[in-house]
Amino acid sequence: MPDSLRRFGRSPLFWPVLALAALLLLNLVLNPLFFALRVDDGHLYGSLVDVLKNGTPTALIALGMTLVVATRGIDLSVGATVAIAGSVACAWIASAPDPTSPSAAMVGAGLALGLALLLGAWNGLLVSVFGIQPIIATLVLMTAGRGLAQLVTDGQIITVANPLFGQLGGGYLLGLPLSVVLAAVVFVAVSLVARRTALGMLIQSVGINPTASRLAGVRARGIIWGVYVFAALCAGVAGLIISSNVTAADANNAGLWIELDAILAVVIGGTLLSGGRYSIGGTLVGALILQTLTTTVYTVGIPPEITLVFKAAVIIAVCLLQSEKLRARFRRRPARPVDPAPDVGGDGPVQPSMPHLTKANR
Amino acid sequence: MTTSATAPVVQMRGIEIGFPGVKALDGVDFRLLPGEVHALMGENGAGKSTLIKALTGVYGLDAGTVTVRGTEVSFSGPAAAQAAGIATVYQEVNLCANLTVAENILLGREPRRLGRIDRGAVRRRAAELLARLNLAIDPDSVLGDHPLAIQQLVAIARAVDVDAVALILDEPTSSLDAGEVAELFRVVRGLRAEGVAVLFVSHFLDQVYEIADRVTILRNGRLVGEYLLAELPRLEMVAKMVGHELATLEDLDRSPSAGIHEERGAAPLLATSGLGRTGAIGPSDLTVHAGEVVGLAGLLGSGRTELARLLFGADHADSGSLEVDGRPVRMRSPLVAIGEGIAFCSEDRKGEGIVGDLTVRENIVLALQARRGWARKLPRRTADELVAKWMSALDIRPANPDALIRNLSGGNQQKCLLARWLITEPRLLILDEPTRGIDIGAKTQIQKLVAELAVGGLGVVFISAELEEVLRLSDRVAVLRDRRKVAEVPRADASLGQVMELIASGSGGHGA
Repeated sequence: MPDSLRRFGRSPLFWPVLALAALLLLNLVLNPLFFALRVDDGHLYGSLVDVLKNGTPTALIALGMTLVVATRGIDLSVGATVAIAGSVACAWIASAPDPTSPSAAMVGAGLALGLALLLGAWNGLLVSVFGIQPIIATLVLMTAGRGLAQLVTDGQIITVANPLFGQLGGGYLLGLPLSVVLAAVVFVAVSLVARRTALGMLIQSVGINPTASRLAGVRARGIIWGVYVFAALCAGVAGLIISSNVTAADANNAGLWIELDAILAVVIGGTLLSGGRYSIGGTLVGALILQTLTTTVYTVGIPPEITLVFKAAVIIAVCLLQSEKLRARFRRRPARPVDPAPDVGGDGPVQPSMPHLTKANR
Repeated sequence: MTTSATAPVVQMRGIEIGFPGVKALDGVDFRLLPGEVHALMGENGAGKSTLIKALTGVYGLDAGTVTVRGTEVSFSGPAAAQAAGIATVYQEVNLCANLTVAENILLGREPRRLGRIDRGAVRRRAAELLARLNLAIDPDSVLGDHPLAIQQLVAIARAVDVDAVALILDEPTSSLDAGEVAELFRVVRGLRAEGVAVLFVSHFLDQVYEIADRVTILRNGRLVGEYLLAELPRLEMVAKMVGHELATLEDLDRSPSAGIHEERGAAPLLATSGLGRTGAIGPSDLTVHAGEVVGLAGLLGSGRTELARLLFGADHADSGSLEVDGRPVRMRSPLVAIGEGIAFCSEDRKGEGIVGDLTVRENIVLALQARRGWARKLPRRTADELVAKWMSALDIRPANPDALIRNLSGGNQQKCLLARWLITEPRLLILDEPTRGIDIGAKTQIQKLVAELAVGGLGVVFISAELEEVLRLSDRVAVLRDRRKVAEVPRADASLGQVMELIASGSGGHGA
């Protein structure tokens, strides 16, 4: 087995990816045309494209959620933020002098994202400054947020017919749905920022041991605040995509329970709810598994009344596959040492000699 | 004072309790006599709390016997111990703040009538109990409305209601002021007069001498001895706790470390005047020069850690001022301190030091990276070079920067934390118990490092429970007792005996 493959076998991504592949194969068996792609009018169509497109909002929200969870937090309010963002954008566009103008769409979307930032800042304030438990702090907005969205829409479903706004959910770029391209860009950007800057390490550090991090000079408060703002921003974008997709704002149902899907995607992706190590790639795979699962329900023709049970069964299976304890129980022979053996003996005793000793000051 | 001829209420013999890798108690004998206040003393890790937990049934015994009123017992848990008449009041009051005083006192054993709680009887019973303890507390008032001291007294009332023969008070005075302590002691004396055996655990020597008749001293999980306090001078008690016979202490090796490096012309690196925090450490003056090692000596709870935390901005001072290079600085947060070139290794290595699930490399660069900010990542090559240099300089093992730090031994974790601060090139290094719980080899390396760093011009504040170590390394020793700085001695004049005397000190009536 090539080295890279063996390394992948040990990576936390291995089981989620395997589960996703299995689900896709199941679909292929049941529907030979599942992998088929066709190009129509320069746009790509097919079941796989649908999975990507429909999974985009959850994936985006799960991305924000990943960073929140990495700091030991959780954000239950993202679903409400989705509803608020969609409502504000649509309400603005609908009440604009020219509801079809590009400027109405831009201002509406801008307002929605601005508000999302504000809501994230509110969550971050409660958690990082006032020290309220994240689950409680964001529960406030989870319950109040939908009411806020209904206030904005006046309890009605606001439909809009703005071509530019419609592009966000229905448009195409480079042959792919615009929303998919957008989400891909955000995922890549966040991965790069986390890796190229020290942000990834500092977020993990705060998530693993906030006290030690603070004493090492890490601005724990600012980082925690930041991840809630980012999570809300992701939810705002997702809200715009969702409402653009149906060209309407539904304060009651847009993004309903999406926070739970997002948390699930994060967990399936191998990020621990106890904070610390996180995996952006894992989250993406997790979101895709959830979406493929939904698609599979249709492909297989599972009766609607047992849909949720079927989903639950698959998710439990994935989570169990990831459980170290369970796998250890089934592993007959020790496939690999648990930890790299301490590398003692390689170096002789090193006489402590201090570099920099004469340099007292920086 | 009761004579030892009286039969003990509680007798523990040959108690052994082990945890993976540690023997917490090793063949300890202990007894409680009726009508006596018995103090249990020892430094951190001596086994005091393990012994209490063994007595109250929280821990099972690996070996040994417990006898209560002449019958051998084996408690399945705290409830069983309580039923046998052993009542415990913990440092943290664990009562229901939203219920009344009376309801709290009788919680779980309320007098009933026709299957319902008889509120009148609850009230009467509670009032009787409070009267017995001579406490003027309204039984109908809500517990949460009272200050902590009163809540503690209510907890005692609750504890002695169950026909207690022995009352265990675990650090009952740690958050009380002097007046509240006096009230508590009045109640304890009353109970003693009734024949209750009281076990009193406290870090405050003055209080122990005030209230206790007898003391048992533990050290490193072993019994040092049982003494009558009237026959045990403070100095001897401290010596027994810290673990040196006075004779050997006097002629301890005091060959100077290389660290004497006086630059007294310039403004001191750090100077505090009246710096303090209510409830943590009284106003203290402390000066540290560049190239100087200042030791903080004192027993656990004397305020040595609290003072260090104020210097670093980990806690906020509410009195006094602090100057760095003669400039006044407000230490609002660790970030401010780090900006001034101050570094702090906490005594709580696991809770406040290492970030367990990060690698050794990440742990070592953490403080430097935090100072640079998240956007300016330390280039990988620079990080690798720095980490490699310090890992070999401090002989950190395994020599694998990618190992998770939680898998390292305590001594190596400590060295990683030192490396974390040393790569930031600090000017003042505050070390709180850097050598606790680590093996002798690592300990010597760290001591040597501290001395060498001071020669290089670094100012060091060194805290250790081991006086010997403090004296060997420090140019000056500040002595703390009962949350205040009581003296400062230059090393040239300091002998272990003298410092111990200061720690134990009969000199002051303050404290308590």
